[in-house]
Amino acid sequence: MGALVSLVAVAVLALLAVTAVASDNLRLVFGAVIPGVAFAVFLVGVVARVTRWARAPVPFRIPTTAGQQKSLPWIKNSELDNPSGTLGVVGRMFLEVLFFRSLFRNTKVELITDKEKVNYIGTKYLWAAAMAFHWSMLIVVFRHFRFFVEPVPRVVEIIQSLDGFFQVGVPVIYATSVLLIVSLGYLLLRRLADAKVKYISLPTDYFALYLLLGIAISGFLMRHLEKVDIVNVKAAIAGWASFQLVAPEGVGALYFIHVFLVSVLFVYFPFSKLLHAPGVFLSPTRNLANNNRAKRHVNPWNPPIVGHTYAEWEEEFHDKLVASGFVLDKE
Amino acid sequence: MYDAGKIIVGIVVFVVLATSPLWFNALTEATPEAPKLTLPTNGSTECVEATGYMRASHMDLLNQWREQVVRTGQRDYVSSSSGKVFDMSLSRTCMDCHSNKADFCDACHTYMAVSPYCWDCHVEPKGAN
Ligand code: HEC
Ligand code: HEC
Ligand code: HEC
Ligand code: HEM
Repeated sequence: MGALVSLVAVAVLALLAVTAVASDNLRLVFGAVIPGVAFAVFLVGVVARVTRWARAPVPFRIPTTAGQQKSLPWIKNSELDNPSGTLGVVGRMFLEVLFFRSLFRNTKVELITDKEKVNYIGTKYLWAAAMAFHWSMLIVVFRHFRFFVEPVPRVVEIIQSLDGFFQVGVPVIYATSVLLIVSLGYLLLRRLADAKVKYISLPTDYFALYLLLGIAISGFLMRHLEKVDIVNVKAAIAGWASFQLVAPEGVGALYFIHVFLVSVLFVYFPFSKLLHAPGVFLSPTRNLANNNRAKRHVNPWNPPIVGHTYAEWEEEFHDKLVASGFVLDKE
Repeated sequence: MYDAGKIIVGIVVFVVLATSPLWFNALTEATPEAPKLTLPTNGSTECVEATGYMRASHMDLLNQWREQVVRTGQRDYVSSSSGKVFDMSLSRTCMDCHSNKADFCDACHTYMAVSPYCWDCHVEPKGAN
């Protein structure tokens, strides 16, 4: 059900973009105004969100991550899984952000009926598809820099030629555009095919996938089937950079679908689960060194502790203590 | 304890990266306008197909030509816009009219960071580059 609702939503959005071809004013709206506003919403939205997170106190370190914490010198500790200092944390974050190390430990429950046994086995498909998708998307977006900047930096050209290494077709089919679509397809099928995953999937889960699939497929078709004049696209985008909003000439419906879905993605991002992108940097089980024993962590919302030392107590009851013949520390 | 300091550094990095095309273009001198093309000087006024189609889809045409010549040995192409007959050849037909490769093909391709590998084998017009 959720899968269907989201599919209809994305389809309607795509059809909405098709109307852009009808008139010059609509071309301007869909080709320049909406992307501009959407990008502003994305930027401000993400910054506002993360700023809100930044205001939250970080009271205590979570020590229960997998791995032995640093304690006595003769107990071997696991610096990467339970780091005691900044270096370990940097290593753990690096592997988490770039290689999804936690997801690599993903397991699946298996019921072996004839043996009446439950089995937990490692499963890497989700990890592999997630890696393929995220890396492909990063590289695709990075390759898009050729539309945005002049001169095109050398690194972009190098990435392009590596990506087009197989030299299939004219223009060359990039490995990452295929991988992006295939991995998104797998991630979608995973939600639909497995009854358990399907049960816990919400419309928003599907929406993000359909949206990204729509973007990737429209981009792919635009490059390989219904060509658009990308020289004009770049010239128009260059205008945006100097805040001259113009829509490119000589582009068809696919271009408007692509750019409109990207705009929707931009607007959707700061209000949805896609915020895991900045969020992963703030995972408490990943970014805090487990130094609870070595360092004192004061909970910032604790009321100030008003102590009363023995010396102060003696001072307070000084006369009574003396009168009762009590032996004072002071004397 | 608050980690706001570190997070603000992260936010600044994000904003700089997300807006990088803007300041990249501001820092480089190059104008991001579309390149000026040098059109053929041999008196021809039309391309093989309509200009709009050529601009966006000339690689399709070339691919089609290549396939026709290499796979079927057929070398004559009848233009669907003018009805003229062309010899399907990259070096002899396209580059005959567009002899100024540097200010035509390359001008666009450099702008869009495209580097067709065709010239590994095919001959570029003399005096170009
Ligand atoms: C109006 C600008 C323009 C002109 C002029 C132009 N090209 Fe292109 N050409 C492009 C663009 C843009 C692409 C890349 C399309 C893409 O990446 O989707 C391209 C791609 C190609 C490709 C496919 C290369 C690949 O690997 O992707 C070939 C081959 C090609 N052009 C040949 C030529 C030749 C030969 C000429 C000169 C006769 C020429 N082009 C003139 C803009 C132009
Ligand atoms: C590995 C070397 C090689 C590369 C790279 C190459 N070609 Fe060719 N091409 C050939 C050969 C060999 C022929 C056959 C020539 C003949 O039969 O006249 C040919 C024929 C052609 C023809 C028809 C005949 C003619 O005279 O032009 C076209 C058009 C063509 N290639 C286009 C391209 C395009 C476009 C590219 C780049 C995307 C390209 N080729 C890349 C080797 C190559
Ligand atoms: C008969 C000479 C002739 C031949 C052959 C020819 N062209 Fe053209 N081409 C022209 C002319 C003239 C124009 C400019 C048309 C105009 O301005 O409307 C042009 C325009 C173009 C454009 C669009 C440039 C722009 O102004 O945006 C491209 C791209 C192009 N040609 C590529 C090719 C390719 C690739 C081939 C080989 C398949 C080829 N041409 C063969 C004469 C030719
Ligand atoms: C406003 C921002 C964007 C613009 C103006 C834009 C424009 C384009 C254009 C013109 C093409 C055709 C490329 C060609 O003909 O060579 C394309 C392709 C493509 N786009 Fe985008 N795009 C944008 C954002 C994105 C984003 C955020 C994604 C990723 C989710 C994406 C994914 C793709 C893919 C997968 C292709 C297929 C070809 C390739 O990999 O280069 N685009 N885009």
